[in-house]
Amino acid sequence: MSRIEGYGRIDRSRHVTVTVDGAAYTGHPGDSLASVLLAHDARPANTGVKLGRPRGIGASWTEDPTGLVQVEEPFPEPMLLATTVEATDGLVARGVNGQGRLSEVPDLARYDRLHTHCDVLVIGAGPAGLVAARTAARRGDDVVLVDDRPTAGGTLTGTETIDGRPSLDVVDEIVAELTTSPNVTHLQRTTAFGHYDDGFVLALERRTSHTDDGGLARRSRQRVHRIRAARIVVAAGAIERPIVLEDNDRPGIMLAASARDFLHRYGVLAGREVVVFTSDDAAYAAAVDLHDAGASVQVLDARATAPTLWSRRCADRGIAVTANTHVHGTRGEDRITAALVGPERREVACDLLLTSGGWNPTAHLFSHVGGRLAYDPSLGAFRPAAPRPGVEVIGAADGTFGLADILRQAGGVGAPPANEEPRDPTAVLWRTDGDPTRQFVDIQRDATVADIARAVGAGMTSVEHVKRYTTIGTAHDQGKTSGVIASGITAELLGRPVEDLGTTTFRPPYTPVAFAALAGRERGDLFDPVRTTPIHDRHVAAGAEFEDVGQWKRARHYPHPGENMTDAVLRECAAVRTSVGIMDASTLGKIDVRGPDAAVLLDRLYTNMMSSLKVGRVRYGVMCGNDGMVFDDGTVLRLADDRFLVTTTTGNAAAVLDWMEEWLQTEWPELRVRLTSVTEQWSIFAVAGPRSRDVVGAVFADLDVSNEAFGFMTWHDTALDGVPVRLARISFSGELAFEVSVSAWYAPAVWARLLEAGRDHGITPYGTETMHVLRAEKGYPIIGQDTDGTVSPHDLGMAWAVSKKKPDFVGRRSFGRPQNQDPLRKQLVSLLPTDAATKLPEGSQIVRFADDGRLPAPPVPMLGHVTSSYHSAALDRPFALALVKGGRERIGEVVGVPVAGELVPALIGETVLVDPEGARRDG
Amino acid sequence: MADTSMLVRHPLETRRTLLAELSAELDGVALELEAPLAAVDLRLDPAGPGPAAVAEVAGGPLPPQPDTWTGLAAGQALRLGPDEWLLTSAAARPEDWEFGLDEAAAPFGGAAVDVSAQRTTVRVRGASARPLLASGCAIDLRPASFPRGRCAQTLLGQAGVLLVALADDDLQLFVRPSFAGYVVDWLVDAAQEFRRPS
Repeated sequence: MSRIEGYGRIDRSRHVTVTVDGAAYTGHPGDSLASVLLAHDARPANTGVKLGRPRGIGASWTEDPTGLVQVEEPFPEPMLLATTVEATDGLVARGVNGQGRLSEVPDLARYDRLHTHCDVLVIGAGPAGLVAARTAARRGDDVVLVDDRPTAGGTLTGTETIDGRPSLDVVDEIVAELTTSPNVTHLQRTTAFGHYDDGFVLALERRTSHTDDGGLARRSRQRVHRIRAARIVVAAGAIERPIVLEDNDRPGIMLAASARDFLHRYGVLAGREVVVFTSDDAAYAAAVDLHDAGASVQVLDARATAPTLWSRRCADRGIAVTANTHVHGTRGEDRITAALVGPERREVACDLLLTSGGWNPTAHLFSHVGGRLAYDPSLGAFRPAAPRPGVEVIGAADGTFGLADILRQAGGVGAPPANEEPRDPTAVLWRTDGDPTRQFVDIQRDATVADIARAVGAGMTSVEHVKRYTTIGTAHDQGKTSGVIASGITAELLGRPVEDLGTTTFRPPYTPVAFAALAGRERGDLFDPVRTTPIHDRHVAAGAEFEDVGQWKRARHYPHPGENMTDAVLRECAAVRTSVGIMDASTLGKIDVRGPDAAVLLDRLYTNMMSSLKVGRVRYGVMCGNDGMVFDDGTVLRLADDRFLVTTTTGNAAAVLDWMEEWLQTEWPELRVRLTSVTEQWSIFAVAGPRSRDVVGAVFADLDVSNEAFGFMTWHDTALDGVPVRLARISFSGELAFEVSVSAWYAPAVWARLLEAGRDHGITPYGTETMHVLRAEKGYPIIGQDTDGTVSPHDLGMAWAVSKKKPDFVGRRSFGRPQNQDPLRKQLVSLLPTDAATKLPEGSQIVRFADDGRLPAPPVPMLGHVTSSYHSAALDRPFALALVKGGRERIGEVVGVPVAGELVPALIGETVLVDPEGARRDG
Repeated sequence: MADTSMLVRHPLETRRTLLAELSAELDGVALELEAPLAAVDLRLDPAGPGPAAVAEVAGGPLPPQPDTWTGLAAGQALRLGPDEWLLTSAAARPEDWEFGLDEAAAPFGGAAVDVSAQRTTVRVRGASARPLLASGCAIDLRPASFPRGRCAQTLLGQAGVLLVALADDDLQLFVRPSFAGYVVDWLVDAAQEFRRPS
């Protein structure tokens, strides 16, 4: 056991048991998985990804490049750092050999997000962040303080003195004050992982990972905070930099400050025979503290002279300090057994080698928003170069390392004081002499100095290229310890100053974030909104199968027991063609167009003339984009001289309104027109079939529904029990048909009345699939199915819907392009497979027919493709619509459609296959 | 047999009981369906005499600032944009509400269109109402920023809503009926965080 009495902030009165690689270990609340293992002189059974060498725990927090584990219980998660996993009872994990494994069981935990707005966001609850947060809170600002570790205090160990008291007492006091401030939100276990424009920061809160979570199972496991702050204070500290040396990947090699952190935070001594190799003062604190905790320690300082004050402190304790000395390599198998010291590579026995090459300010969140970093030779590190509006970087993140300086920077004159500690300058030492093939720069990626040399040898001079060539900095830790070193070594190899090379760009996320957390609630049923019509429940009760149309659920067909879709659709089609059917068309987009210039606007947006439409009448209209290609279609009802109701396709409702508003607001603001979406105000039911007049006439008894009084493409208003209802003779099936519109409030009742009135006629609810077949039999295209944005009205055989009288309308100029005159443009035609049996798959290519029924050797010229294909009850055979090059000229021609390796012959025909004379529409 | 009486029901009527039962188990959140209201969408030039003329018929002044609302005799006037208002009435029949307001607005180039069935309303009350909504709404909901009298067209989850502040602990959500099921499912899911510890 390496647990040291009197150290650490763990709760020794309680125990937790974790299992790692099959062995059980006892720890305490407050432990990390890594500290439990180190307390037992154990490590996860990890090996390197490429070379298979054993790997241990190299740091105490998110910068650890090696200590990855696969957590199995309580929930499988791949590749978490043992240093960041809190030890809870029953936790099961194992080492990772190269890569982790995604869970095979569903994640039943909840994840969510929270939007927060504040005046000041402080990132980091170390001494700098705490003082900055307190200062802002006392000023009355709304403050959010986030910190990624379980407790506040940052790297304070408790050995420091602030304001004449133990540092952690001061931390507790500030935290208590923040807790009682109503204008402060203080979140620990919360990592700010991305910083975006305009003061926007994403932070991940781990809310249940440290608890057994008995009564709070409904609490979200992780929460993404979306924080919008007027001012951001980055007080994220600094990350210690190792010194690269030969065989520096062995278990038992660690950052100096991490060993100190393990001691003071968890009461764990990471080794008994310790060699500290440093070019910076801070490692001496680790040497002294580990010595005081019972380790045998010696210090090797790469600098020409050791710092005076620290040398004296070491001498007082009998810690040997040797200046001007390098460690060149290590020995050991499963763990380090010796450091190789000096040019003669003298073996110095040890079970822990600590290295410290200085500190890299954690300026990631400054860099995310484009903050520039510059090399500071006095630190041997990159730090924020120029301020950015609304962002402050303070403390170690700004390259300020003395505690007294940090507190002053954070709190100004009101900051609590601390003793001034002299600091000798850090010596920049990226690596020592040794075999570059075994000098690991990115230990997780098994990437070495030799790999950088290979990249440079291949001609790369940019650190971004070197990163991608070597993969340095691309692992879970995103190069927290390796990135700057890679820049330094690249600079050395190129013989250029490191300030010229810079560092690779920091990008979010700062630490890995689970996709589940980013998804939040947007999974399962809430993945995408499901839109339903006012009578959705009726469709469900009637056994409907639904299809997604945009976000809408539309009834596709209503199978009877034992029916498949083909059976149901044939039955529904037959009902409409022989008696009466009813469909919920409420999803159609509806726009109320008002004003003295309403007709002018519609004339400019539809290809056909709308101003000539008489009040009381209905016209089909086509809308094109600027490119002259069909964008949408629908019906236009003229309600009054200055009022129209236009319908759009279901999927384009919002797009058409936007389109109309855009023209109105940006191009023709002089037009006096008001547009209002009434899509959900009005429910529409299509009642179609030869008996539809009987049904509608029975429900709306006071309305004359005869053909003479109520002609095709006209509308009439009536009322039902005092509720206004509008009926229109509009047919998308070719049959006699009425569209019944009523306020959605009354949709269920009107639907029920129509069904009741039609019962004696066998009224049949039909779905969108049936509607598609019925309209295809009539050659009516569906925008978006038979068109793809490259189809003009002329291609659809709808030249009749393109006005020749109007001076201009959107799309008109494009009709004159030579491309639009090309006789070989694809045109809409029907296709009848000559075997009268094959239903051609939609999307099938169409080629010239070959007598042998085989697809010729490539290249095979494509003539077109199938856009719609169905079985027809009326024709008692399958049929299709297709876009075919020069299709109208080919009517009567047999072409080939490859289906399952065979070339199926199909006859090109006119688009209207049922009732071409239109005899049925008036009943 | 299905009910054929022309009664107005809340589109989420079948969830009313569920919401009441859930609210009873929540700490500081109550979710409730509101009765349907007559409503028109008013488009009108905000300058000139139009708003004053409409105000007489509406039963109260129109809010002078976008994203704010004022009370009417039997409803609310919610300003959705520079030239757009939603005017509600708990007393008028929809067709009468539209007719009267349209008649008042038309001489000033405005138009009022009946949209009574275009939105449905959910009330969110309680000390935790704003934290609940903040888990799916990106606008600044701090009472100081979104006090009584404010309204905003925004997103809750992925659905467009009109959010109305009646008080610090009392908010109204207008939502399209087609999205209402999604919004209520979303609220029920988000509200789990606010369950009383059992």
